[in-house]
Amino acid sequence: MTEPIIRFEKVNKWYGNDFHVLRDIDLEVAKGERIVVCGPSGSGKSTLIRCINRLEEHQQGNIIVNGIELTDDIKAIDQVRKEVGMVFQQFNLFPHLTVLENLTLSPMWVGKVPKKEAEERAMQQLQRVRIAEQASKYPLQLSGGQQQRVAIARALCLTPKIMLFDEPTSALDPEMIKEVLDVMIELANQGITMICVTHEMGFAKAVADRVIFMDQGQIVEQNKPHEFFNNPQNERSRDFLSKILGH
Amino acid sequence: MNSPVPPRRKTWSLNSRATRGLIFQAIAIVLIAAGLWFLANNMQENMRVRGIQSGFDFLNMPAGFDIGESLIAYEPDQSYGRAIWVGVLNTLKVAVVGIVLTTIIGVAIGVGRFSRNALVRGLCYGYVELFRNVPILLQLLMWYLFFLEILPASNEAWSSAGLVFLSKAGLSFPVPAAGIGHVLSGALAGLVAGWLWRQRVQKRFELTGQDGDRFWVPVALVVVLAIVGWVVAGMPREWNVPEQLAFMVDGGASASAEFLALLIGLVIYTAAFVAEVVRGGIQSVSRGQDEAAAALGLSQRQKMKLVILPQAMRVIIPPLTNQYLNLTKNSSLAVAVGYPDVVSIANTTLNQSGRAVECIAIIMLVYLSTSLSTSVIMNWYNQRMAIKER
Amino acid sequence: MPQTFTPIAARPSPVRITGPIPWIRRNLFADWRSTITTLFMIGLAFYFLPALWRWGLAGAVFGADADACQAARGSGACWGVVTEKYRIIVFGRYPFEEQWRALLATSLMVGGLVLSCIRWFWKPWLAVMWVGILAVFFVLMGGGSFGLSEIRTDLWGGLPLTVMLATLSIFLAFPIAILVALGRRSRLPAIRSACIVYIELIRGVPLISVLFMASFMFPLFMPQGMSIDVLVRVVAGITLFAAAYMAEIIRGGLQAIPKGQLEAADTLGLSYWQTQRKIVLPQALAMVVPSMMNNFISIFKDTSLVTIVSLYELTGALALALNSDVEWRPFKIEAYLFITLIYFIFCFAMSRYSLWVEKQLSASKAR
Repeated sequence: MTEPIIRFEKVNKWYGNDFHVLRDIDLEVAKGERIVVCGPSGSGKSTLIRCINRLEEHQQGNIIVNGIELTDDIKAIDQVRKEVGMVFQQFNLFPHLTVLENLTLSPMWVGKVPKKEAEERAMQQLQRVRIAEQASKYPLQLSGGQQQRVAIARALCLTPKIMLFDEPTSALDPEMIKEVLDVMIELANQGITMICVTHEMGFAKAVADRVIFMDQGQIVEQNKPHEFFNNPQNERSRDFLSKILGH
Repeated sequence: MNSPVPPRRKTWSLNSRATRGLIFQAIAIVLIAAGLWFLANNMQENMRVRGIQSGFDFLNMPAGFDIGESLIAYEPDQSYGRAIWVGVLNTLKVAVVGIVLTTIIGVAIGVGRFSRNALVRGLCYGYVELFRNVPILLQLLMWYLFFLEILPASNEAWSSAGLVFLSKAGLSFPVPAAGIGHVLSGALAGLVAGWLWRQRVQKRFELTGQDGDRFWVPVALVVVLAIVGWVVAGMPREWNVPEQLAFMVDGGASASAEFLALLIGLVIYTAAFVAEVVRGGIQSVSRGQDEAAAALGLSQRQKMKLVILPQAMRVIIPPLTNQYLNLTKNSSLAVAVGYPDVVSIANTTLNQSGRAVECIAIIMLVYLSTSLSTSVIMNWYNQRMAIKER
Repeated sequence: MPQTFTPIAARPSPVRITGPIPWIRRNLFADWRSTITTLFMIGLAFYFLPALWRWGLAGAVFGADADACQAARGSGACWGVVTEKYRIIVFGRYPFEEQWRALLATSLMVGGLVLSCIRWFWKPWLAVMWVGILAVFFVLMGGGSFGLSEIRTDLWGGLPLTVMLATLSIFLAFPIAILVALGRRSRLPAIRSACIVYIELIRGVPLISVLFMASFMFPLFMPQGMSIDVLVRVVAGITLFAAAYMAEIIRGGLQAIPKGQLEAADTLGLSYWQTQRKIVLPQALAMVVPSMMNNFISIFKDTSLVTIVSLYELTGALALALNSDVEWRPFKIEAYLFITLIYFIFCFAMSRYSLWVEKQLSASKAR
């Protein structure tokens, strides 16, 4: 068995002294695996993936990403962040820079790539998400769906091994969700390791290798999507599915 | 076949918006004009009865009063016009120095509100709340009193190393006797060289991805070229050093107690407001920006320089210039501490010449031109830097 | 791969994250820089605080004893100057026996201000209540009826004058500011230009020049034979000044009203003035309460400038109390600190209130 690209070992996290937000998480993600994390709000799913690139710190247990253990060591954190790309619910594009400048910022300043090369790579990624013609526009001049696709391209510019998506379509108007999901499905089919927190069950069914259901800080159930959706093993999973698949 | 569009006929109906608007405006203009005419008429009548003359010709008459400190040569037998000009220069002096110091202190305290150390945060908060909630006039009076009470008389000034003297008469410090022009030219050349260096570093960065030093080399250039300027001037070593005489301190450059009290009072007061503006600006950048930059692998410094500060500056600059204008307007309180700024001198002129309307008009003109030109520049800057949206 | 699921109960964190000791560790000794700063500050405190304590409290003279104060000069504060002179400082030249009237009038005014801050009171009859309060204030202070002796306005001074100037000016400036703000946004060029000229002119010049204008020029504007009270002139000056700033604040609130509101009012058949009165202004004014509060604080502080045109409000009354009294003049600093405290209490309370209102407003907007 090849080494998993992400490993959580008995990971616990608290907010303050008493809010136990991640409880004894054990998780292994294989290279190239596509995972969807779902669950009710407050279940800790966003916190889980934000621990992977150290936007949140865990207090107990070990998290190992691509062979590097996540601790307070700044160098280790920087290394991990070069390998892990993240797409946020609120896009978080830099409004004072053009789309192209948003994409070339990190390669130039962190990756020390010359400007021309960075711009070529950026245009390639923009073409990949089918938004190359907007390269010289500013983020606030674009629609929500376009902004999120730019955000995906920006994360891809680092050529990451792992892509994290934190509810990428939750802030979008319904007619724009499809364009973003289509891009994500294409990415998934190109073999990148993906962990996606989302409510879009259609996406899970189309693309996921594994669905993880979390509730109250624990991984309650994980299974192949077909089996999870049709044959949930657990009371809480059944409850959750009935709520979101009902309409 | 298309028939031609019939020409629009203008309907003059009392109910049409356009007509109503015109009538309304006409009435308003008539009322305002009538009001102004009424006031002007009364004013003329009153002035005639009291024997007050009008006109700006008094500006050429001899002033007859002395001015405590001035940037240009002035004698009491020179004109009112020159006296007022001295006042304008004095106002500019305190405003420019004040703005520079306020920016430094205000930014430091504003950034200090975000310090990791709770004591620093608390002190910055305390500073802001204390100095914002007390009137500026009161603060100026206290600083002036402090200078007058605590400082010794000028015949036994406090001195540090025999070079700097502090007394009721003010602060005296040594200045180079010659070569200042050369040194400053050298420093200026250094600034230009530093700018060129930064351009070169940027080009190299874009070409190869390797960043270079953008700060210390320009600083070194300024220092080195200033020294070169000094050498070119013949390496003058004479300094104008103040010394304690029987009744006063003579020599060197000096800053009067009035100037110092006004400056310190204005700076400490305005810095509290600048600190709040800076704090608000940094806070206005959403946390999401911070997280996205971190997720992209940017270091703390790069994050600040490339993402947070550019966005914060757009929020900070307009209210910051407003505070600069406030400092300039508040310098008009110089009359309370005896510093001869333009309001103080115009006030004296007013009392002596009786030309109330003209003097007040001059004061207002001076400040208005400063405010309006700053507004124009600020609007232009805002247009250029605005974040482009749909 | 089916797994058996056993729920895990929540546990408390093994490493305490909140609590006094973790707080101290994080906020005072987080890294070496922070630790050094903390130690340095503690060192400074140990150096200066005992000296401050000795000067301000332990060695200070609290009784109205001028000789004791002289003896303690340099080593102890002379709070006796406050004990001795506080009535002149707080009430100015107001006759000694009648000062109860000034106290009553000021308390009434301050009470009215506090009530105006409570949301429940934000109804149209608030304006009527204020007219009542101001009327009672002037009768109490000025006298001449109801068996109260008449007291000329140039004897009014101290804290009552400060509170009155600030409150009356804001009260009068309010309607003017609303009209000017609406005019500034008008489509009619003549009205708009006039309002712009007024706003930019006043905002571009310092208050002291407006006070000079009020003081020296207003008498010239009056028809022959009419003279105006110095108090009226000063109130007029401050009102004109305040109205320009308030107009800009209100304009900001007006601009924030979405266009859709105006369009909805249009389709409902409301006229311009009806729309403004019922739809636009209530929302705009509620939105700008924090900024208006800040403006009121500024005006409150700015009343200290009337000293320069010879009205003896709080700051001026102090000069009056001490400049001519050789015995107590050396202790001006303690007296200054006394009125600093008064101003600070008023202004700090108002700014706290303003922050609270802001929080309330943003809470009501959050979903």
